[in-house]
Amino acid sequence: MRKLTHPDHLAEWRAKILDERPARTKTIVVTSGTCGQASGSLQILDALRQEIDKRKLAETVGLVVTGCHGFCEMEPSLIVYPQGTFYKKLSPKDVPAIVEETIVNDRVIPALTYSDPASGHRFSRQKDIPFYQKQMRLLTESNFHIEPERIEDYIALNGYQALSKALFDMTSEGVIDEVKASGLRGRGGAGFATGRKWELCREAAGVPKYVICNADEGDPGAYMDRSLLEGNPHSVIEGMIIGAYAIGASEGFIYVRMEYPLAVKHVSRALDQARKVGLLGPSILGSEFHFDIHIVQGAGAFVSGEETSLMASIEGRRAFPRQRPPFPAQEGLWGKPTNINNVETWANVPVIVDKGSAWYAKIGTEKSKGTKIFSLVGKINNTGLVEVPMGITLREIIYDIGGGIKDKKPLKAVQTGGPSGGCIPAEKIDLPIDYDSLVQAGAIMGSGGMIIMDEGTCMVDVARYFLGFTQEESCGKCVPCRVGTRQMYDLLTQITEGRGEAGDIERLEDLAKTVKAASLCGLGQTAPNPVLTTLRYFRHEYEAHIADKSCPARVCKSLVSYYIEPDKCIGCLLCKQNCPVECISGERKKLHVIDQSRCVKCGACYDVCPVKVRAVSRLTGTSRERIQP
Amino acid sequence: MTVEDILKETTPAQKELIHVLHRIQAEFGHIPPDAVDVVARHLRISANEIFGVLTFYKAFTLAPKGEHVVTVCLGTACHVRGGVRIVEEFERKLGIKAGQTTADGTFTLETVNCLGCCAIGPVVVVDGEYHSLVTQKMVDSILDKYRAAVRPS
Repeated sequence: MRKLTHPDHLAEWRAKILDERPARTKTIVVTSGTCGQASGSLQILDALRQEIDKRKLAETVGLVVTGCHGFCEMEPSLIVYPQGTFYKKLSPKDVPAIVEETIVNDRVIPALTYSDPASGHRFSRQKDIPFYQKQMRLLTESNFHIEPERIEDYIALNGYQALSKALFDMTSEGVIDEVKASGLRGRGGAGFATGRKWELCREAAGVPKYVICNADEGDPGAYMDRSLLEGNPHSVIEGMIIGAYAIGASEGFIYVRMEYPLAVKHVSRALDQARKVGLLGPSILGSEFHFDIHIVQGAGAFVSGEETSLMASIEGRRAFPRQRPPFPAQEGLWGKPTNINNVETWANVPVIVDKGSAWYAKIGTEKSKGTKIFSLVGKINNTGLVEVPMGITLREIIYDIGGGIKDKKPLKAVQTGGPSGGCIPAEKIDLPIDYDSLVQAGAIMGSGGMIIMDEGTCMVDVARYFLGFTQEESCGKCVPCRVGTRQMYDLLTQITEGRGEAGDIERLEDLAKTVKAASLCGLGQTAPNPVLTTLRYFRHEYEAHIADKSCPARVCKSLVSYYIEPDKCIGCLLCKQNCPVECISGERKKLHVIDQSRCVKCGACYDVCPVKVRAVSRLTGTSRERIQP
Repeated sequence: MTVEDILKETTPAQKELIHVLHRIQAEFGHIPPDAVDVVARHLRISANEIFGVLTFYKAFTLAPKGEHVVTVCLGTACHVRGGVRIVEEFERKLGIKAGQTTADGTFTLETVNCLGCCAIGPVVVVDGEYHSLVTQKMVDSILDKYRAAVRPS
């Protein structure tokens, strides 16, 4: 491929790519992101290649390996185009039948199609599945069609056209005005207006200027950035080049956390390709704009997602945050004006430039525009990544898209925003989701993790989990965060272990206030949020732990005992065989007994006891007295 | 490849430090303390600075790791699905705590705060290979698989 030295070359290249595309009667698209591969997509691909070879179908049947399609629960999965037939949870032995029936004979195999957990209705086409129906996939739709390691696929979908438009039809200020008018706000969590941020950096004195893509997606339970980088890296790169042009930056960095090896691979490859064809480097597309991007791999520190820490890490130092102001727009990387945005924010930029701010601003609510990708995880039927317009309600996300709670249990709470966010109780399920409504409810948008919790989740345990996380990830630079989170964690541990005392709740609230007010960076300032929101909505659970020494959700080990009900046990040996510490005695068809002194309370016996028998009980509070000597 | 070979390919600037440490860690399985001085001279920064950085980030260790590294995910989704129980089962079976290496040097047990494949949790990764929907019962067979495997020399 020759270098693109004129904007027209892009259109010519696209025409050539489309022209040279082999005519296929069918195309099989296999989703193979990190979760796809972990679920076995590579074996499906091997089986498909063999079968296609064996039947000499390579001429007429295309095989496309894409990134994540978002429906993680159903992987490994594939789609057969042009029909759009969706097959889920495949094993390599399904492959010959798929090729025979669907590819050769054009028939759907009902057993492999998706069946809706609520209605039991089967859907053969991917588009019709309720999980996809209510979504608005502005950024993630391309993931169905792009092989992430082929720049040609991105070009074929009009890739880099927005860049060409920005470089040749718009001024830098014009781009900034357009982004401002779109109402785009930072998708990394805080929701600062993107256009305004760019403007501040553009106006700042100093050269060179830098742009950074924050791909240090550290919130546990959030992986939308990984999916974008893995599945469609060029969309992020294009957004960064446009941003750099608007700001006047000459160098960019993508900082990816090291836990995402596949994302690193695809982004590195995409950068090489873009450089080769002249979309990065000197005189991009023949213009007078010069810009290049480097990839930097993190080294396993959550705090490096904080912007000042991230910049310290790029400089090769410990990821310590520093006082702001000066903000990165004035003094960032190596003291120069720097603009830092999150992956999803960058990926929105080409869409806005391409379709126009007026079109974009129609999506969403008054103050939150566009779509947001959420990772819907936890006790939900359809785990996955969902892209929805701002303003959609939690109910629509959980029940219409998510297919409801696992095992039809009632919803208890939704945790958003990771360790900086909070728990929203089930009563608020009709809350329209945007930046401001979430803050009002005590949570935050954060990067978009949405963890669904049912009655089997203990809210004190969840608060303790998050405090344990922030405490461990606190960099130790400032005292309120280093010591405060430790004290809060110790108090929560005490409470979950049944050693809570009257006054502990007040002590927690007091500490939370101090840590929030006095910490240096976002990590500490938001660390108390999980405690504060669970206290706001689930205070009675804290009180039960402290006053009654009982865990209503029966999660906190020290407050729970496992007990086999003598009148229910049928002596099936299942619990005995599954006990990891062999502390259950009993013979076939005879009563089994747990040796309480050796029990580690792992719950294996409870899980394996047949549903119809339910002989293993979890006791808490006063009910434990009957088994204690 | 020696530390000097790795340094040959890098410009002498502090911004290369984390990249260099990644490469040394990948090559040797840990950061040999002797390497620190060599890196310090090349990048023209103090050994003290390097120790600060390498002990700050979880990716780097000064002590060698075991032949096989078992990483159990404890992200939120894995946590609510019982990831802690999986760690405890590995701890019992291996006779070590998370963060330690077995006496014979076969296994290192680690935890991680989310690998971003929450749909298939609890997730365990051994030497880069993903195991999904792990139950306590599967722990033995996972370990057996790697016990049998001989490390390529």
